[in-house]
Amino acid sequence: MKSSRRNFLKIAGITALGVGARPAIDTIAAVGGRGPTEPEPILKQNEKALTAKQWAMVVDTRKIKSEKDVAPLYEACHKIHNVPDMPIKRHEIKWIWPEQFHHAFPDLHSEFLSEKIHHTTFPVLCNHCENPPCVRVCPTKATFKRESDGVVVMDYHRCIGCRFCLAACPYGARSFNFFDPREHIKEINLKFARRTKGVVEKCNFCVERLAEGIEPACVEASKGILTFGDLYDPESEVRKLIAENFTIRRKIHLGTSPAVYYIV
Amino acid sequence: MPNNSKGMYNKNLVIAGIVIFVILAAFPFWFNVVKSAPAPEVVLTEKAKAAKECVRSKEYMTTDHMVLLDVWRDSVVRDAKRTYVNPKGVEFNMSLSNTCLDCHSNKTEFCDRCHDYASVSPYCWDCHIDNPQGGIE
Repeated sequence: MKSSRRNFLKIAGITALGVGARPAIDTIAAVGGRGPTEPEPILKQNEKALTAKQWAMVVDTRKIKSEKDVAPLYEACHKIHNVPDMPIKRHEIKWIWPEQFHHAFPDLHSEFLSEKIHHTTFPVLCNHCENPPCVRVCPTKATFKRESDGVVVMDYHRCIGCRFCLAACPYGARSFNFFDPREHIKEINLKFARRTKGVVEKCNFCVERLAEGIEPACVEASKGILTFGDLYDPESEVRKLIAENFTIRRKIHLGTSPAVYYIV
Repeated sequence: MPNNSKGMYNKNLVIAGIVIFVILAAFPFWFNVVKSAPAPEVVLTEKAKAAKECVRSKEYMTTDHMVLLDVWRDSVVRDAKRTYVNPKGVEFNMSLSNTCLDCHSNKTEFCDRCHDYASVSPYCWDCHIDNPQGGIE
């Protein structure tokens, strides 16, 4: 009996020692086993990328004389982003599109409006809000406000197609792919991905172009109607335009703080 | 009736049955020993051969390319970081279509063969274009 207890304590002691030595053994194995480790890869921003605290856009609607002046913006955007041209209006996918004043600015609309405003079409797009409601409602964080430059970006890999964001966005800036969009892309841009059925899509402020140091496609095609820049840089073009002109934004009473400004 | 206390009823039938069962249950094993599908040969394009080394070593790419692509995706989409500097200090644009498939422009011979063999069906190409030669067509 005595010897049995003695043996038990011996074995228990050795076991405890073994368990206690485990981390030390692991460390030695990790250091000794692999030899010289190669350096970790580095992920970094492109050197020529355009950066900002919050990207913003100013639309100078005074320069829009007719529909022809703005048509190239829509075409340029939809062409480079492989936006499909759906045959049925209610399945439409749009990143940037024309809207009449009373639709774009319902809270500023009045019964009698200047002839010019009444007949002008306003290019509208995702406002890349500073307080985006679509981001709040997304259950999978598929859409998020990018910390580096304030662009409201979508991760199509994560989108589950719940369409909460369509309901949350007060600007109708989001479209849902009810059908396979790939069959309806007129000419495909091989440098840019397409989307699939069951995901939401919207304007991405041309993040792929900003990374290469060029302005968004619509700005480039607009011949001065659109201006793009950093809202928090007092020296930026957009800030100068905002300082010099009276600007309006869409539905600001909702508190979303849109980053697309309109000079009327 | 004979004394069967130490024996077995229907011994021959039962043993034969067990043998047949084991053979049938082991079908996948012996079938593959006799006729196993050969591991696919990955075909490299001239451009890929000329480059000699991929973004990482061949061994790493074979086993971990999916991990690499996952890291790339999150980095590009979420952190706006699009440049990858590999352990040798070479920079790459993190893009499946524009970097990987620019060299490996033979998706059917390079990607699909192994994926079919391993019975995995990644849906990358539902959206990402498999062979980006040139810009807008």
